[in-house]
Amino acid sequence: MGVGITVEHLNAYYGKTQALFDINLIVAANHATALIGPSGCGKSTFIRCLNRMHETIPEATVDGKVRIGEFSVYNGTSATQLRRRVGMVFQKPNPFPTMSIYDNVAAGLKLNGFRNRRKMDEIVHKSLDSAALWGEVKDALHKKSGASLSGGQQQRLCIARALAVQPEVLLMDEPCSALDPISTGKIEELIFQLKEQYTIVIVTHNMQQAARVAEFTGFFLLGKLIEFDKTEKVFTNPSDKRTEDYVTGRFG
Amino acid sequence: MDSGSNSEAVFIPAIGWRRWATDHLMTGLSVLTVVIVLVPLFAIFTYLVYKGIGSINLAFLTQTPKPVGEPGGGMANAIAGSAVILGIASLLGVPVGIGAGIFLSEYGRNRYGDVVRFVSDVLNGVPSIVIGIVAYGLVVMRQKHFSALAGGVALAIMMIPTIARTTEQMLLLVPHAIREAALGLGVSRWRTTLSITLRTATSGVITGVMLAFARVAGETAPLLFTAFGNQFWNWKLDQPTAALSLQIYTYALSPFDDWHRQAWAGSLVLIVLIVSAVAAVRIVVRRGRLAGA
Amino acid sequence: MSNHAVPRPRFTAPDPERGSPEGGPKAALKIETTAPLLQGKVSELPDAVFGWTMRLCGLGVIALLGLIVYQLVIGSQLSWHAFGWKFFALSDWNPVEDQYGALPFIFGTLVSSFLALLIAVPLAVGVAVFITEMCPTRLKGILSFTTELLAAIPSVIYGLWAIFVLIPIMRLYVEPFLGKTLGWTGLFAGPAYGYSVLAAGVILAIMIIPIISSITREVLTVVPQHQREAALALGATRWEMIRVGVLRNARAGIVGAVILGLGRALGETMAVTMVIGNRADIAKSLFAFGYSMASVLANEFSEATGDLYLSALIEIGLALFLVTIVVNALARLMVWSVTRGQPAKSMA
Repeated sequence: MGVGITVEHLNAYYGKTQALFDINLIVAANHATALIGPSGCGKSTFIRCLNRMHETIPEATVDGKVRIGEFSVYNGTSATQLRRRVGMVFQKPNPFPTMSIYDNVAAGLKLNGFRNRRKMDEIVHKSLDSAALWGEVKDALHKKSGASLSGGQQQRLCIARALAVQPEVLLMDEPCSALDPISTGKIEELIFQLKEQYTIVIVTHNMQQAARVAEFTGFFLLGKLIEFDKTEKVFTNPSDKRTEDYVTGRFG
Repeated sequence: MDSGSNSEAVFIPAIGWRRWATDHLMTGLSVLTVVIVLVPLFAIFTYLVYKGIGSINLAFLTQTPKPVGEPGGGMANAIAGSAVILGIASLLGVPVGIGAGIFLSEYGRNRYGDVVRFVSDVLNGVPSIVIGIVAYGLVVMRQKHFSALAGGVALAIMMIPTIARTTEQMLLLVPHAIREAALGLGVSRWRTTLSITLRTATSGVITGVMLAFARVAGETAPLLFTAFGNQFWNWKLDQPTAALSLQIYTYALSPFDDWHRQAWAGSLVLIVLIVSAVAAVRIVVRRGRLAGA
Repeated sequence: MSNHAVPRPRFTAPDPERGSPEGGPKAALKIETTAPLLQGKVSELPDAVFGWTMRLCGLGVIALLGLIVYQLVIGSQLSWHAFGWKFFALSDWNPVEDQYGALPFIFGTLVSSFLALLIAVPLAVGVAVFITEMCPTRLKGILSFTTELLAAIPSVIYGLWAIFVLIPIMRLYVEPFLGKTLGWTGLFAGPAYGYSVLAAGVILAIMIIPIISSITREVLTVVPQHQREAALALGATRWEMIRVGVLRNARAGIVGAVILGLGRALGETMAVTMVIGNRADIAKSLFAFGYSMASVLANEFSEATGDLYLSALIEIGLALFLVTIVVNALARLMVWSVTRGQPAKSMA
């Protein structure tokens, strides 16, 4: 079951440069929330603050409060533990090149000490199923390497890999931007279905995509959250002029 | 200048004789340098095979040296001794070298790492005989006798900087996205570094280790007053031990023809071992790749 | 508010109030959530231990350098206090009377090394230029591989070959020839035994050609292609293009490569010991026996009786160490300035 995310007064920095300014929002459980905005507006930085990937960059810092369910992200919990509850899919598919398909999906389990072989097989099967990849790879699970699949398949593999760890939240940073339209369509369908079980936050450059899959949308501009509301409202009747300008294509 | 358009007539280069001649002269000189450089290489290898191949027989590979002046005997103890010394050197040098390499690539992208990097490069240029002096002071003087251990320590000191730098380079080739993928799954940093980053760079790291190994396998100078050499079998780590390179050196300088013959044989064995070590690595590494990778 | 520059996106997003999206979820998606991984506290300890262990290894490298300096300085104290700076200016090396002057060794090392550079540099640069600029692509791999093969041959094998092949050639053909033609200079005078400073220079040259060549090759490859094209577009011949467009740009790097070769030659021990003659004399003729710093260490260290003797030898080791460090550091700086920090791969 997914959980909600609460963000309060979040500021993020790269060294001395501030990238996010006082972000406040609430992500609803079991829904998809899209984050849109022009390049460099901070939406990727924001999403990476949710699972503490932001701080893996040297000199990057954060202050503010983030809560995932009852879990406080920045207060005393280890980042590693947090990331097991929050899955991430990146812009460019990044399967582990030296591992087979099976090992890729099971990586999160194996590397975290999970040993039960039969359970693992089951989880791998279900994850690949959820990612709509099972049919295409079931005969070559151990034989083919993760890197030998096509771009769209690789991204679905990465989604399966993230799902195998059974997170509560799934963060997706422009997951379709490197993919062709058909793969994009398949993945959007996936997100639709995954919403039942997970809370999804998706960063996207593509407004139509946001309109297609997300119930809520947030508009970022220059590190600030300009507007956050139901998708329908943001696109048809935005409160802020800047949102209106962006959504109608006047800039960005 | 003339355009040389008259086809049956004398050739006249469009750019003028001097420039044309200089160009061709330089090309010729370059080719000449290549030939000159390749001559000693060719000469050494063929001479090595020619002089050494006849003397590599079972006796050579299984017997110890005969008393001074007597013909026959072999270098079995030297081959074994080299193996022991190299084993000690690898045991000491490889883990520290790889660790330093991991430090440089994962924890050392900063000023501290730069210092280590610089020192590492400096260490690579220290003459091997000086390293021998250091190992002498460190081990031989304490123990009051020459030993395989001292030899191993000397060679380990030589391996560490080389392995550190090559490991660093190989790890840096692993795309950052791979590390991020693992971290994003909630894999701890140490596990990510070992099971993902290092694992992805394995073939390159192993190649670097083998190259360092091949380099120290042929070293003689640092062993002169650490392992010192031994005419007999010795398996004790704290006693003087024979080594292939040392034996070749001693025999080469001796006045006995039979020993000269054995020196050639030993040299051929040494070169073959070094080359096969490097070749074996390439084969193993190639086979370890997955289909489609 | 409705001045569309672009038609609005077709709105098909689901209504959050309605909850479940169209095309209901597949039942198979419901994984039994026993949440095996969410339980259990994740300790930060392993990460910390690992990080510090790696840092320790890095520190170990610096400690190695410190160790080397320490051993050399401590070991040479006795000799330093006995002779001071004169150690490097006196040429009397007499273990029997405990008199130690290191000048002959410094002389031998410098002469053999510079001689080696004189022979090696034109050859190495020529090979590098050929491989990078003139060589047909098919041959490139083979040629670079074979020159690097020269680097893989152990020093003692070079020495062995030198004793039985090079020395006789020097003694029977080269030295008499040089004596006849250039003997008047005084550099090629005196009895020619083959073993000589000249022979040491020649074998050293063969040994340092690979390293000078491969660094030069790297430096030449880094020169941007447009430099070459600019020269050619102006009508230069290939050699002129190389001279103006490539070599001029790579000058600092080539000098660096040469200095690296020098560093290697200064420290080379075995092959030199086997051919240089091992006599602590300073002579004008290159045919004479000589002695290098590395050679005296190789020959006399294990038999040095007496603390002052050993200390004098260690002081020579210290001097050799300092010289090679300075030379190598200088060389790397020059190569780095051209290749911008990419470590030269053939440093082994």
